Amino acid sequence: MKAIYLDHAATTPVHPAVVEVMTASLQETFGNPSSIHSFGRKARQELDRARTIAAQSIHAHEKDIVFTSGGTEADNLAIMGVAYHNQDKGKHIITTKIEHHATLHTVENLEKQGFEVTYLDVNEQGYLNIDDLKAALREDTILITVMMVNNETGVIQPIKEIGELLQDHPAYFHTDAVQAFGMLEIDVNELNVDLLTVSSHKINGPKGGVGFLYVQPKITLTALQHGGGEQERKRRPGTENLTAVIGFAEAIELAQAERATRYQAYQEYRDTFLQIMRDHELDFSINGEYSQRVPTIVNLSFPGANVESLLTNFDLSGVAASSGSACTAGLWSLHMY
Amino acid sequence: MKKKEDTRIIVGMSGGVDSSVTALLLKEQGYDVVGIFMKNWDDTDASGVCTATEDFDDVARVCNQLDIPYYAVNFEKQYWDKVFIYFLDEYKAGRTPNPDVMCNKEIKFKAFLDHALSLGADYVATGHYAQITRDRGHVEMLRGVDDNKDQTYFLNQLSADVLQKVMFPLGHLPKSEVRRIAKEHQLATAAKKDSTGICFIGERNFKDFLSEYLPAQPGKMVTLNGEVKGNHDGLMYYTIGQRQGLGIGGPGGPWFVVGKNLEDNILYVGADYHNDALYSDALIATDINWINEQPTEPFHCTAKFRYRQNDNGVTVYPNQDSTAKVIFDQPERAITPGQAVVFYQDTVCLGGGTINEVIKDNKVLEYVG
Repeated sequence: MKAIYLDHAATTPVHPAVVEVMTASLQETFGNPSSIHSFGRKARQELDRARTIAAQSIHAHEKDIVFTSGGTEADNLAIMGVAYHNQDKGKHIITTKIEHHATLHTVENLEKQGFEVTYLDVNEQGYLNIDDLKAALREDTILITVMMVNNETGVIQPIKEIGELLQDHPAYFHTDAVQAFGMLEIDVNELNVDLLTVSSHKINGPKGGVGFLYVQPKITLTALQHGGGEQERKRRPGTENLTAVIGFAEAIELAQAERATRYQAYQEYRDTFLQIMRDHELDFSINGEYSQRVPTIVNLSFPGANVESLLTNFDLSGVAASSGSACTAGLWSLHMY
Repeated sequence: MKKKEDTRIIVGMSGGVDSSVTALLLKEQGYDVVGIFMKNWDDTDASGVCTATEDFDDVARVCNQLDIPYYAVNFEKQYWDKVFIYFLDEYKAGRTPNPDVMCNKEIKFKAFLDHALSLGADYVATGHYAQITRDRGHVEMLRGVDDNKDQTYFLNQLSADVLQKVMFPLGHLPKSEVRRIAKEHQLATAAKKDSTGICFIGERNFKDFLSEYLPAQPGKMVTLNGEVKGNHDGLMYYTIGQRQGLGIGGPGGPWFVVGKNLEDNILYVGADYHNDALYSDALIATDINWINEQPTEPFHCTAKFRYRQNDNGVTVYPNQDSTAKVIFDQPERAITPGQAVVFYQDTVCLGGGTINEVIKDNKVLEYVG
């Protein structure tokens, strides 16, 4: 039985070129980037190069890039780091109900510590209405965190509009761009975002060990971990996961170089997939159909079908798909709808 | 007959040793085995710990050892509607329900069986200690060989049609052997403690649990002669024949619950384990399921009135409306409304029902209402 993998929003296979640079790094570059001898300098050189690649991919400066253990840590660092540092200015945070748990559980945790969180709804098309955000903004709002592309529907949120809206408000703006990176052109200056999360394993990089957070230079974050070194400009102390960072950088370069061709190819795959289902007269509807969406995610409803049976049957036939990102005790669950 | 490798058996896996060994034995026999974990109750505690997640982890570990696919399915809503509401309603009515019987009837061998069939299952298997015999399309459910573990009492509501699609691979094994097999194969659950009590209550205090859902009405504890012996915390907390937790000191004991008066909120107590008031000679059962053919004539068999009690001789007078009068060969102690009465012909389980009324000398006892 040939297995078909349709769950790239969960994670992606590692690109062979990434495997190659990581293998070479493991064999050749073992130094600690903080060491001042030649071994350390060699490692530092690799790290610097990776940081430049990451920065350029979003039109940022190297100093604005904090390598983390992944998207979850980057979201945590952005949200808690800003909240703790700015709590004397206000304790109000705005987010949406459709964020990834890395965001939702983090702001929930802040709520328990006395922060106030507004959770904005999205419309039936999975799209955030900018007027709702405008109405929720308060003088004591210190942070807005809205994902760039939803991981369950692929709907692109109005990040640029939010950035513009916040031009005359002191609150910081964080966006989780984990699902957008590699598909959308991202320029942090044009978007006016202050913090932006990217994860490696969603773009054919290594898994479970690396991501980055863009931090606009005027922002001070309260670090969430403390250590002996001053890695990542004290914002994330701890010896860098260099091999993963190198693989990540390779994946970023590939994603950037191939972005247009990949976008077009994925769009064709998606359209073919939907056309085949239409040709077979399957009864389905597309959630978020009338919103702007990335081509990598399609969210379908099959009226009358039991989603647990459907996905279990898919898997038993070798087709891997998901009904959502939330996995509680192995359930095919969906936290959005 | 399908080949074994083409016969899909979906095993209901709880993360315990019994269902783990069930999956193992079927896999060893060469079947196409799939493990599925049922999540029936949201038991996330205040600190965010959910035992279902831990149990599912164990299912995952065992299935990976066996190299079989595994999934989970959510029946929280069905469980609440069909089992938990029944459970509360029975307590409200002053009875002692048996949620395990209802869970088997409505969830494991209905909702779960349907789910499994939608996944192309030929059979559903569970780690219950019961046996099924199949003879040219005729199925019977037999007691498990481990007398101490036999679970047919809880399975009395299954029909022959359901049993056609069910396997109990542990029925012919003693529990010690199941543990030994698990250990021999180094299954991740080999040393896991057996779960005890009602699944959704777990290790928690029963009184505390029930008080979260039902208001307790404290009242008087009175002997059948009218002597007040103390106060009770709420009739729902007590079951017929119970000795523990009455808190009656002094001479004349030990004391036992011998009845409940729901209307006046009185708990009747009596001294002596063999208190006469605890004995009855017949009962009326309702919601009877006959696994095979429904009897039309009175007949003699044995019956079990509580799990893990020996069964004793009875004569069943069946009615056509799924009820029956059951007359005991010898007086029986502490027959409790809400519990199941299950009928056996030797080792064959014939079916069972719910104890609705308890009778002595042709008079319905004041155990409830």
